Amino acid sequence: MIYLLVFLVVTTLIIMIPVRRVSLFTAGISIFITTAISSWLAIDVLLSEALSDRGLLSVLHEYFSSLIICDKLSAFFILVINFTVITGFLYSTGYLKPYLKDKPALWVKLHYLALVWLQASMIMVPLLRNGFYFLMVWELMTLSSFILVIFDFDAKGTLKAGLTYLIQMHVGMLFILAALIISSKGYRSLTFDNLEYYFLNNPNWPVFLLFFIGFGLKAGFFMLHTWLPDAHPAAPSHVSGIMSGVMIKLGIYGILRITTYLLDDFAVIGAFMIIISAITGLFGVMMAILQHDVKKLLAYHSIENIGIIGMGIGLGIYGTAIGNNIVSAAGYAGALLHTLNHSLFKSLLFYSAGSVIGQVHTQNVEKMGGLMKLMPYTAWAFLIGALAISGIPPFNGFISEFLIYTSLFNGIGSAEFYPLIIFFIAMFSLVLIGGLALLCFTKVFSVIFLGQPRSDYHVKPVEVGPVMLLAKLLPVIPVILIGILPFVVIKPLISITNSLFRVDNIIPAETFSLPFKFISIGAGLLLFIVAIVMIIRKMLLLKRITTTGPTWGCGYCAVDSKQQYTATSFVQEYAELTRPIIKTGHTKINYREDEIFPGERDFHTHSDDFIRSKIIIRPADFIINVLRRAAIFQTGKLQHYVLYVLLFLVFIFLLTYLKLI
Amino acid sequence: MTALILILITSLLTTGLIVRTKSIVSGRKGPGLFQPLKNIWVLLRKGLVYSETSGIITRIAPVVVFSSLVVASLMVPAAGFKPLISFNGDFILFAYLLALSRFMMIAASFDTGSSFEGMGASREALYGMLIEPALFILIAGLVVFTGGYSISTIFNLPGGKYYSLIYGLIVSYILGNIAIVENSRVPIDDPKTHLELTMIHEVMVLDTSGFNLALIQMTSLLKFAIFGSLISSTIIPASLPVFWRLVAFSGVQLLFGVILGFIESFRARFRMNRNQQFILTVILISVLFFVVILFTKNIL
Repeated sequence: MIYLLVFLVVTTLIIMIPVRRVSLFTAGISIFITTAISSWLAIDVLLSEALSDRGLLSVLHEYFSSLIICDKLSAFFILVINFTVITGFLYSTGYLKPYLKDKPALWVKLHYLALVWLQASMIMVPLLRNGFYFLMVWELMTLSSFILVIFDFDAKGTLKAGLTYLIQMHVGMLFILAALIISSKGYRSLTFDNLEYYFLNNPNWPVFLLFFIGFGLKAGFFMLHTWLPDAHPAAPSHVSGIMSGVMIKLGIYGILRITTYLLDDFAVIGAFMIIISAITGLFGVMMAILQHDVKKLLAYHSIENIGIIGMGIGLGIYGTAIGNNIVSAAGYAGALLHTLNHSLFKSLLFYSAGSVIGQVHTQNVEKMGGLMKLMPYTAWAFLIGALAISGIPPFNGFISEFLIYTSLFNGIGSAEFYPLIIFFIAMFSLVLIGGLALLCFTKVFSVIFLGQPRSDYHVKPVEVGPVMLLAKLLPVIPVILIGILPFVVIKPLISITNSLFRVDNIIPAETFSLPFKFISIGAGLLLFIVAIVMIIRKMLLLKRITTTGPTWGCGYCAVDSKQQYTATSFVQEYAELTRPIIKTGHTKINYREDEIFPGERDFHTHSDDFIRSKIIIRPADFIINVLRRAAIFQTGKLQHYVLYVLLFLVFIFLLTYLKLI
Repeated sequence: MTALILILITSLLTTGLIVRTKSIVSGRKGPGLFQPLKNIWVLLRKGLVYSETSGIITRIAPVVVFSSLVVASLMVPAAGFKPLISFNGDFILFAYLLALSRFMMIAASFDTGSSFEGMGASREALYGMLIEPALFILIAGLVVFTGGYSISTIFNLPGGKYYSLIYGLIVSYILGNIAIVENSRVPIDDPKTHLELTMIHEVMVLDTSGFNLALIQMTSLLKFAIFGSLISSTIIPASLPVFWRLVAFSGVQLLFGVILGFIESFRARFRMNRNQQFILTVILISVLFFVVILFTKNIL
């Protein structure tokens, strides 16, 4: 801890040296060193069999033993964090280049500083059990990510989005603090380990609920999600990638950590988690489909994926409640794998979207189009990310959803009546989420990259530089590898779940490796058949003519790029279907009667997040109104204020006289 | 292996059977049983025309669509014969392979920059999204009923403890409706329609030609055969001798094709906005099936 602090302070000082390029270089080295040390620790812990054996770092561990506890869960999250931070840093070196001219040098330095501190604090979060230190790094994480989000503070709405984020995170911290204090009542220290005794003697669900609200605000569960769709579009793309990919997962880590202490109320908590996650997932994807801002769309998809992960955790808890170990192990393993997978493909999608935005200078998908020919590598990266997030084989998203489905169907096949209803609801939601995600990502991929450009690009978009492409290539490799060779990851995953949770009979990894071998065979066959058919086509076409012609327009040959199908029209039937739930409003100005030669008209459609308007905007407006009324007391005249003091004293005197206080 | 061969043979004949039934019922001479195959044969010998707007997606999509359906067909049992690939949870892979083919079809239709093809793509995406729960609820019901976790065990309904033909017929009815939606046949969509504005599947392949179009048509044939085989396994007991199973399989497939042909002859297609109601009805029927299975399981 102390070494790390010293190291970070030194880095900070070097980054702030007022010489160009130094900040970038130092930040890179610092991130690299932090990654190397923490990954070493994490891999060491993951590979060791027993929990107490910490191998090479035992000396370090002895020194820190009272503070830092690294178990397999922490190790897993550290590795996930490090990977995405590295790719994010690589990406930022290219992404921030156009900004370097406009922004003050100090601001860019501060940005990199915040990135270094964000990584350090994120790594510390899963390592600390002491509540006081935990909240400290939790706060550090919030502050540094806040600075990262408001990088483009001149732009409209960025600062507001950042402040919304900052305030909501502090509300969340308050809930965590409250839960910690309640559970530590009567103990000398404020640590998570007190939960073990607290849960033994008290009902478990109220404190779990407090923790859920606190961590859920970070993760973005339903009703706690409102900061996400604002903060992600405002932040630079690498920050969105890191925040959506790993930072919100620390909320998931928090919930998982609390789960490990649970002793009772499994059924209530499990059912609650499953239902709230199902709602979260459905809500996220249903809102995402109607978005035209590509980064807002991806932000809503983060909410959806948090729902899927939460469902896995819920299944894990519920499996314990009904005593079905396979349901439990598959649920937890699915949740953990989806955490990893989402960090990979979501950062990939954000990086690709960021590259596109950097070239076409808009976030509105309706103004893009035809970019696959201009930016082929970015398009492929986005396509792979889109397929993976839709849970389509042979990519990694399918594997984690397969685990969660396995858990669900095992529950459906063996459970009693009431648990079965819960599994049924979860399955129904998960299927719908999958279908809706497909609808959404066919829309966004097709509209951005295929067809013809839907607006004039003032500067012709070109493929981004090699460093930014490398940042996309790095996540693509595991996305494909996990999808094709899933049986490789199942063993470490099951070892993590078995080491942590109170599963009576340890589930051997072999339970799941057989289906995974067949999935691998299926994926291999798919690629093989694709290759064979391609070759046959090539052979057949050798002798025949392959030409190009105009797109079929019903005989009409002057087809314009504006006549292409748009994103709005693609989802119009869906929008009509969901109108009872999600209201899409539009603003337009009607023609006046005296308007003989109508001028230009604007037409906007927007889909409001009804949760946001109901639970954030409306109460906030109400409070502002009340305070505004109260402002009549603030006259600015000294006599009035003296009068207030006098009245207050008289009031207190009266109360004392009447023995009311 | 037998299952795969049966599926391939069925795929060659079902669509022709539907077309033949339609022409006989409407009193036309009509095309022969093998006309769809002849069409594919002609397409295979033609060259290719790509749209000027299109890129790499148009070129790979038909191949991926066809391959994913081929892999999916490897997991399907037929009349009690075991499929080549079978493992716990294979129906998830099956359903998501169909999703892969759907994704690529939609992307390919956008690749041409057409003003029509997006229409079909939009409907395909929406209906595909809506019909998927019906399939999964049906599967959940079958998992409860049979206690198995793979396609070959859960669709082997006659192997279940409390089987009677009525279950097989209900499952067949739901599967038939899913097949109609997946293949976009009447009453969801009329493949013989002449107006681009009202098409679903046909409009998505307006700019596909030659070998690629042949692949798409073969995929559609294969899809019919897959659902036909699933229906056959829910009705035909695996305990019958091989010969009778083969006879029963042929009978079921014949009936499936003829019934679809009759539906297409006597039923008008829906207005587009009625389709969603139709699909939601199918979902509700499978929910009802699930509830019935739940209660019978508890009573018996």
